[in-house]
Amino acid sequence: MTAAWRRLRRTLRGVRWYLAELTGETEYDRFVEHRKRLHPDEPVPSRREYERIRHERLAQPGARCC
Amino acid sequence: MKLKSVVTWTAVAIVGAVCWGVLALARGESISAIWLLGAALGSYAIAYRFYARFICKRVLQVDDTRATPAERLNNGVDYHPTDRRVLLGHHFAAIAGAGPLVGPVLAAQMGYLPGTIWIIVGVIFAGAVQDMVILFFSMRRNGKSLGQMAREEIGVVGGVAALLGVFVIMIILLAVLALVVVNALAQSPWGTFSIAMTIPIALFMGFYLRVVRPGKVIETSVIGVALLILAIIAGGWVAQSSWASAFTFDPETLTLFLVVYGFAASVLPVWMLLAPRDYLSTFMKIGTIVLLAIGVVIAAPVLQADAVSKFAFDEIGPVFSGDLFPFVFITIACGALSGFHALVSSGTTPKMIEKESQVRLIGYGGMLMESFVAVAAIIAACILDPGLYFAMNSPAGVTGGAVQSASEFVNSLGFVITPAELDAAAAAVEEESLVSRTGGAPTLAVGMSDIFAQVFGGEGMRAFWYHFAIMFEALFILTTVDAGTRVGRFMLQDTLGNIYKPLGRVSWKPGLWFTSAVVVAAWGYFLWAGVTDPLGGINQLFPLFGIANQLLAAIALTVATVILVKSGKLKWAWVTAVPLAWDAAVTLTASWQKVFSDDPKIGFFAQRDQYAAALERGEVLAPAKDLDDMSTIVTNSTVDGVLAALFALLVVVVIGNALVVCWRAVRSPEPLPTTEEPWQESKIVAPSGLFATAEEKKQLAAIGAPPNGSGVRTDDGSGGSAGKDGDSS
Repeated sequence: MTAAWRRLRRTLRGVRWYLAELTGETEYDRFVEHRKRLHPDEPVPSRREYERIRHERLAQPGARCC
Repeated sequence: MKLKSVVTWTAVAIVGAVCWGVLALARGESISAIWLLGAALGSYAIAYRFYARFICKRVLQVDDTRATPAERLNNGVDYHPTDRRVLLGHHFAAIAGAGPLVGPVLAAQMGYLPGTIWIIVGVIFAGAVQDMVILFFSMRRNGKSLGQMAREEIGVVGGVAALLGVFVIMIILLAVLALVVVNALAQSPWGTFSIAMTIPIALFMGFYLRVVRPGKVIETSVIGVALLILAIIAGGWVAQSSWASAFTFDPETLTLFLVVYGFAASVLPVWMLLAPRDYLSTFMKIGTIVLLAIGVVIAAPVLQADAVSKFAFDEIGPVFSGDLFPFVFITIACGALSGFHALVSSGTTPKMIEKESQVRLIGYGGMLMESFVAVAAIIAACILDPGLYFAMNSPAGVTGGAVQSASEFVNSLGFVITPAELDAAAAAVEEESLVSRTGGAPTLAVGMSDIFAQVFGGEGMRAFWYHFAIMFEALFILTTVDAGTRVGRFMLQDTLGNIYKPLGRVSWKPGLWFTSAVVVAAWGYFLWAGVTDPLGGINQLFPLFGIANQLLAAIALTVATVILVKSGKLKWAWVTAVPLAWDAAVTLTASWQKVFSDDPKIGFFAQRDQYAAALERGEVLAPAKDLDDMSTIVTNSTVDGVLAALFALLVVVVIGNALVVCWRAVRSPEPLPTTEEPWQESKIVAPSGLFATAEEKKQLAAIGAPPNGSGVRTDDGSGGSAGKDGDSS
């Protein structure tokens, strides 16, 4: 692999990471990590379940500007 | 300061100064928009590097050893430390909306210079300061909202006035933004079809995210954006086909659609409509703004408008009434100073910040970006031929709505445009007509299509870019309408819940429907009044919107000043008190004129008296066409006048109450009790700016975190937990 190719891949990975963080796609992973640390014995909700809970929370949107 | 830094900042200062110099000295000749950009970016850089830093260090005394609420209260949900670059994206997406696009377009009536100067100076000394300071104070109080801070710092009266102010202001905001959409879509089958398609697209995305691929937001958004582009292209086909009439509506019908839509969006579960729309509009917003910035730099269009037009001082212009002071400041609104940002800065953002010093990047930096959008908007409006600009932005009452009469009207203003040129301009973007397409969005779209067509795709793409720009604005205005209606509904449920318990319960269906209907009816009323106003809705309602927004900023700056005084920083209180004094002077003058001016073109009550007197004599005054129009004008100007008075009164109450509190604080021998959360040690290591400094990189390396990301220090100081960052490893 050439250096330019490596740099391109690293940039693309950075963009993907940024978008995943921005859109909340990685929220579930963070939630799982958090749950495992606080309640190691309890089962963790599945992604499908989690996304439903998350949207309940999003039901109260923050203010949007003009 | 190191030598390299001194040299760099001297160079930035020189570039900025040269650009300002060119703007100041160019008289009677056309200049390139590049000079505006250079002046803006140079000034932003200096302000960010020096003024924002001074406020952080001296005034706020940010303390990176102190743990932020995100670190202390981390629950993985609303409180969690978020990478500063990601949080900047979140914050910017929440503050950026249609306001900084529309306001500058209307303000271009007075020439490009007054608007540009206020956008740049205003953001540096008022807007960005407000956003950063409120973000900081809210962060020190676990992310309390502006309303809560007003109640705790100023008192119950101030708190209630602030809460009421926020609600009424939101209603006007929603009505004015919806009016912009209605004016952009009326009689335009292409635009209406594309925007209508966003509803099935959002529903599809919602279903896909919930059932097919839960949580795959990027994938879903990519599909959504592709469908959106397809909808814009297909709009062109529909407009050419026999279906065109099915998507051609008058403003009244579109108003009804919007009201029904707003109600549905408020009562439906968020995953169906609101959340997917939000993803779409965030992507479109950031993408288009980046495209516009690149386009302006590459195309370097020439400004055709005057630097300062005669409507600034000598005459009343057709787009909005009143003199430069105070109305240019009222009209620019969000691009320089926006009270609404104080709600975002005291909402989710303070709960996610990693390090105290990052308030400079996120609060101040985010607002500089917003201001840059406003500069791009004023450029897009000022590269249009002034004749076309005034033909598009003068209300139908004076242009008559046809190319012939519009051309005559524009000539009477002292600008030249022939009926053939007006037809050609409309044909170039494949619209029926561009005459009296008020509201700012169509003007901005013509300007943007001009820039984009020069850079991407040439003349043949002009119509596509025009409708792309309309779609981009309408999309995020509708997102604001969705979210705003819901926020208003929650505020109402919250308040009414104190009177009748079940209404406060979020899940009680009748309460939900009732409060949603009240909120929709409230903005729907003003929207309807704006659409049917014979005098032109935008020039009647936009000043009210601007006054409302700027008065909310006055409330936010008052809260900030009170906190500074109460915490014993009287000598630094000028940082927020000076912009507050200016903002209060501007808005209270504007309100005063709107209420008490004898000129019926400016004062709502003078207007009311003029038309009411004529109505009593049975006369019809132009631009009214019949007696019904006459009584509509009388009703509207009464309501608008009462509102202008109410806004001003609310703010006078808040400021008056605040003065009493400040006086008490200054007289008190000891500092008043603080509402800040106590100090706790922070273990997070993260850079404060966009890029890590050499020193910060060293600290990050010591705990094994990526060079531009962040990590957590462990107690023995030996190692750290895994850092997070994308562009590393």
